[in-house]
Amino acid sequence: MKKNKIATLYLTVMFIVLYLPIFYLIGFSFNAGQTMNKFTGFSLVHFQELFSDSRLLLILLETFLLAFLSALLATLVGICGTLWIRYTKKKVTKNALLAANNLLLVSPDVIIGASFLILFTVLGKVISGFNLGFLTVLLSHVAFSVPIVVLMILPQLEKMNESLIFAAQDLGANYWQTLTNVILPYLTPGIIAGYFMAFTYSLDDFAVTFFVTGGGFTTLSVEIYSRARQGVSLEVNALSTLVFVFALVLVAGYYWISQDGSSSRKKRKKRG
Amino acid sequence: MQKMRSLFAVPYALWLMFFVFAPIALIVGYSLMDINGHLTLTNYQDFFSSSNYLLLTLSSFWYALLITLCTLLFGYPMAYCLTHLKHRDLWLMLVILPTWISLLLKAYAFIGIFGIHGGVNQFLGLFGIPARQILFTNFSFVFVSAYIELPFMILPIYNSLVEIDSSLIFASYDLGANKWQTFTKIIWPLSLSGVKSGIQAIFIPSLSLFMLTRLIGGNHVITLGTAIEEHFLVTQNWGMGATIGVVLIIIMLLVMGLTRQRKGGS
Repeated sequence: MKKNKIATLYLTVMFIVLYLPIFYLIGFSFNAGQTMNKFTGFSLVHFQELFSDSRLLLILLETFLLAFLSALLATLVGICGTLWIRYTKKKVTKNALLAANNLLLVSPDVIIGASFLILFTVLGKVISGFNLGFLTVLLSHVAFSVPIVVLMILPQLEKMNESLIFAAQDLGANYWQTLTNVILPYLTPGIIAGYFMAFTYSLDDFAVTFFVTGGGFTTLSVEIYSRARQGVSLEVNALSTLVFVFALVLVAGYYWISQDGSSSRKKRKKRG
Repeated sequence: MQKMRSLFAVPYALWLMFFVFAPIALIVGYSLMDINGHLTLTNYQDFFSSSNYLLLTLSSFWYALLITLCTLLFGYPMAYCLTHLKHRDLWLMLVILPTWISLLLKAYAFIGIFGIHGGVNQFLGLFGIPARQILFTNFSFVFVSAYIELPFMILPIYNSLVEIDSSLIFASYDLGANKWQTFTKIIWPLSLSGVKSGIQAIFIPSLSLFMLTRLIGGNHVITLGTAIEEHFLVTQNWGMGATIGVVLIIIMLLVMGLTRQRKGGS
């Protein structure tokens, strides 16, 4: 009994510590004053500021566009990679491919950012007109999102019953039909989860973008960094309130998708 | 499907070539070049003969160790308590939720909280403790880093704790072990894989958190990541930056080797 109380107390304290900074941030976004020190009254003035700051809104839009695009491309490359790895027969080659796939996942952001910066600079010397900017940021986001997509889809493909493919081919489906009508529908939950992860990876990234962005293109994280370095501006708080609400929606969506996937899997099991 | 294999291989192989192998080759290549582009080992010579760089590596290592230890110390009990809760999946979701908010926003929150007139100083002021500089100290750097990384320690430990068969714990009690013995002999060894992945997930990024050293550490703390960022983006000495990068990669490989999971176990 006594131990239970200690556990509850500990958890309460830890959850407070975990959420206090976030709610501190959100709370002050409704502050009428200009600092994060003293709450001088409720006001939505910083939200008004935020919504009339066209530069920031444009950055927000571009950040989301970048996330959509990079997640889409990363998912496509990831699907190809998954199929390649799955149908690689030699164990040694397969393991080597998997290891290479995971390399970017474990590398620190700074290394990825620095090495991509070198890569793009070298490419810029070879290809005229290739400069740091939106394209390089997009390419980097695709690049570091590919491995997680592969990791989300591969387990599903490994579980897939091979006879489904044989059945499709016996019934006269060509390779392309087998792929689009049998394999891809089967993998849909994994593909959605992979896209989702790639999307959040892109939204979340700061370090890699910071290295390869050059001057012309800015994402939200980079913008927040440069604003935070100049000190407190409650517009950033208002922004984080919106981000928090968005994160809640995303988490809810993600859990809905994953619950959906697991429940349909359970159903399938029951039927089988 | 074998015939289509080579078709799928193309985009993925291009990705591997351009974004996995080429960057590694380039960073190693640049570390072997001086400013004029000649092949040389001077960067490494400079690195290993300069007490500055060695101290930097050591202190970066030390801070990463400190951050990892803090998260383990606070995260393990939390993960353990979480497994005993009624709606534990829901609570776990609440642990994960903060990771969906950009770490820059969290760092920014601490600029307000730790500021000289900020929340913590106001709170301490209630007890008559005079305001002090908390932001831009080593403490604030370790605290904020540990705060940000905490969920990544809790998650793998929680997963490994949940997987423990509860009959093993009952058996241990039946055989007369007390709570402490059960913990040290049964629970801890069985959750070690989670602890190892937690250490891996935290130690390596902690070596490279350059934005936190800038925003929270106030340039008092310089990690390997800060040094790399500085060499690449500020002083433009890419050779030296790449050399520090290679050192970071080697440390990363060492850490991964030390925390490697044994295959085929349990």
